[in-house]
Amino acid sequence: MKSNPGRYWSVACFALAAVVLLPIFSVTWNLTQDSEGVWGHLAETVLGKYISNTLLLALGVGCGTLLVGVLAAWLVTAFSFPGVGFFRWALLLPLAIPSYLMAYAMTDLLQFSGPAQTWLRETTGWSRGDYWFPQVRSLAGAVFILVLCLYPYVYLAATTGFLSLSASVIEASRTLGASSWSRFWRVVLPLARPSIFAGVALVVMETMAEFGAVDYCAVDTFSTGIYRTWMGRGSFVAAAQLSTCLLGAVGLLYLLESRFRKSAKFHHATQRTQPPAPARLKGARAWAAFAACAVPVLGGFLLPVVRFLQLTVEGGDSRTGELFIGLAGNSALVAGVTALVAVVCGLLLTQLRRRAPSSSNLFAVRAAGLGYAIPGGVIAIGVLAPLWWIEGGVNDVTESVLAWGPGLFLSGTIFAVLFGYQVRFLAIPLNVIGAGFERIRSTVDDAARTLGASRLRLLFGVHLPLLRGSLFCAALMVFVDVLKELPATLILRPFNFDTLAVRVYQLASDERLSEASTGALAIILAGLVPVVLLTRVLKPTHADSAPPGKSP
Amino acid sequence: MTTGPAIQLKGLSLSYGDVVAVDDVSLDIPGGEIHCLLGASGSGKSTLLRIIAGLERQGEGSVTIGGEVVSDAEGHIETERRPVGFVLQDYALFPHLDALENVLFGMPDRKSAESRMKAEELFAEVGLSDRVDAMPHTLSGGEQQRVALARAMARSPQVMLLDEPFSSLDVQLRAGVRETTLRILREAGVATVMVTHDPAEALSCGDRVSILREGKLIQTGSPEAIYHHPCGQEAAETFGVINRLAGESSGGRVKTSLGEVDLAAQDPGCPGTVLLRPEQLVLVESGDGGCRVDRIFPEGSTTLYLVQTAEDERLYVRMLSTETLPEDSSLAVRLR
Repeated sequence: MKSNPGRYWSVACFALAAVVLLPIFSVTWNLTQDSEGVWGHLAETVLGKYISNTLLLALGVGCGTLLVGVLAAWLVTAFSFPGVGFFRWALLLPLAIPSYLMAYAMTDLLQFSGPAQTWLRETTGWSRGDYWFPQVRSLAGAVFILVLCLYPYVYLAATTGFLSLSASVIEASRTLGASSWSRFWRVVLPLARPSIFAGVALVVMETMAEFGAVDYCAVDTFSTGIYRTWMGRGSFVAAAQLSTCLLGAVGLLYLLESRFRKSAKFHHATQRTQPPAPARLKGARAWAAFAACAVPVLGGFLLPVVRFLQLTVEGGDSRTGELFIGLAGNSALVAGVTALVAVVCGLLLTQLRRRAPSSSNLFAVRAAGLGYAIPGGVIAIGVLAPLWWIEGGVNDVTESVLAWGPGLFLSGTIFAVLFGYQVRFLAIPLNVIGAGFERIRSTVDDAARTLGASRLRLLFGVHLPLLRGSLFCAALMVFVDVLKELPATLILRPFNFDTLAVRVYQLASDERLSEASTGALAIILAGLVPVVLLTRVLKPTHADSAPPGKSP
Repeated sequence: MTTGPAIQLKGLSLSYGDVVAVDDVSLDIPGGEIHCLLGASGSGKSTLLRIIAGLERQGEGSVTIGGEVVSDAEGHIETERRPVGFVLQDYALFPHLDALENVLFGMPDRKSAESRMKAEELFAEVGLSDRVDAMPHTLSGGEQQRVALARAMARSPQVMLLDEPFSSLDVQLRAGVRETTLRILREAGVATVMVTHDPAEALSCGDRVSILREGKLIQTGSPEAIYHHPCGQEAAETFGVINRLAGESSGGRVKTSLGEVDLAAQDPGCPGTVLLRPEQLVLVESGDGGCRVDRIFPEGSTTLYLVQTAEDERLYVRMLSTETLPEDSSLAVRLR
């Protein structure tokens, strides 16, 4: 029959997807187990609240990030106004701040005794009860905080999408009489929609998995509910059952996304994709654009950083020095290793999808990306169960033969942490590299193959060089996310292994925000490096080819 | 070398679900022949090309290249191991490699001095010696086409496949690029299959032409045979408007209202009618005229007239644009 060297790839990718899905299966399997009445109690009391809060949060954050991210991306790619070069990369800065740190900072800034309300009282002479002020520790507050944290995902996706649009398409729409506004709605947005939707899908999944900030804002969602059911009540089964519900919601989101993507598969019809030259804004419109870009940067980055700086200078962590360097090293190590492995796995899976888009392969790739939507804590539990099972088997054998067992050589080591991260973050390279693949015309593959290129040569000689930006982008996004990750790290870390995030969480939970601020700053600083590097991806290509100062 | 055809297609069929893209196509192409596949979009011509290249696998039938079966029900040699060169419609130059690296890409020993020399010879042949280091996005359309051709030629393929190679070039450029391309292919003596939707291009480029329609190969022959002896109305209409006239056949000739013609021009699918191209007719001055010119279509060197006859027939007549037309009242249509 048909010679098929690609079959081994396919098998390898299925194995990869299965390993990634293992924790999800182990959690889902608990649906058949008896929670000893805990589930029934949950259903009677808090389940409805979990559902409504989670949905409202996802809706609010999804819409908010879509609005902020797309608007900012459109402004910095289509127009030129004072500070646009700065905003183009500064709008990514909030990526460096984990949501729980944003929650700590915002709560501190906006609470009754915080600087905002203190200033208000001092300037107006009001005292308690004289005025209304929005409550940060609320659902709306959580939405506000998460939008500030997560909009860069949409901004990044939309900017990439806008920049890859060909100028000729935009010009064609101008000749058809479309104004700048209607061009945006009728041409630019629909064409960039796959990129934008990928960004929003990531945001919504991140929101559903969100633990730290939501927990701090005292909003009961599925995520916090799962955590409390397991930590507080010690009911692993009920926690797993709750997370299975969440998994169902995420599955639905995935189906929606895939339908959307399928109906919006655009290829570049023109040969050259030179982005259009930006239009110059003047006067009030320039200032409005300036303000629209300044607010997210200010709220999402400058204010929290300045507050943490202030707290650090005034107080700070009493144990700086070598402790810090060690913790930062640990964080960088796990983030680096995870990013590298995730990008390699993501590349394997996405190139399989491109080469052989059979329904089973598409399923494998899609399944491997599900972990992103699942709360870190739940993944941790899911990782532990199969690891315990393997360790048990190995220990049984070695003890009967050698009268010695290696003990918890998987679940009690850094391996468990790395495995958990892998499950959680593989969706990032799948999305980013997948989008990168979509920008390479399929005829390029045909050309390489008719020129005698093997699969490997096609990958290394053509795809990898063309995907460099996407690979880099994917690795950095994973790196940043691992640095921020909290719940899975809390559960899976070995006893002698702390990261910066764990230390900050512990201090903040004890209301020792002043001390936590030093670690928080360090996390933000570490996160800044990849973010600054990431901004290179957003350099518009027309900058070096188009004559300067030319605007339509 | 083998004495058989360079490319042999036998009973090729391919369906996507209910859509039949290629329907039982058989074709032999001898070495050195430039063969044009002519058809409208959706006629299956590009799919046929992709099957020969191995980018698609046929549902039924076999493909033989240079006497070796490269694909049939038993086995399928992958594209990368077939001795074919393919110039894709959008040229698909690798955007991260410069022109020279693009051409070197498919060569067996890319780093050797010989390969580099051969590549530079190819650049000289296509007239691009000064653009060796250019990146694809800085090349014009015509330059991209020629780099794509050089890239495909660099592997010295037995078979060259061209998918609408000139369709994205502007007209002034097209003739020059076409001439260069055909000269290089003829010098190399490589069997070439070229897909086009432009009838004039097919006739002027092809040693032989095949007409595809809805996945079926309806006629194959030399440009003259295809044009002057179409096998039916579909084949005839590929090259523009056609006149249908009723006629009675007798002894190898057909008698029509306008006179007698050779049987060869008859529609075999429909006995009793003959098909005549507009240039087979002529407008003359005659006392028993009564024809009226309905519309005039200037074509440059020729002019096409739509004529209403006294018998209320509508006929297309093509005349040289330098010929003057007689007075309207005394017009008649005659066979040339």
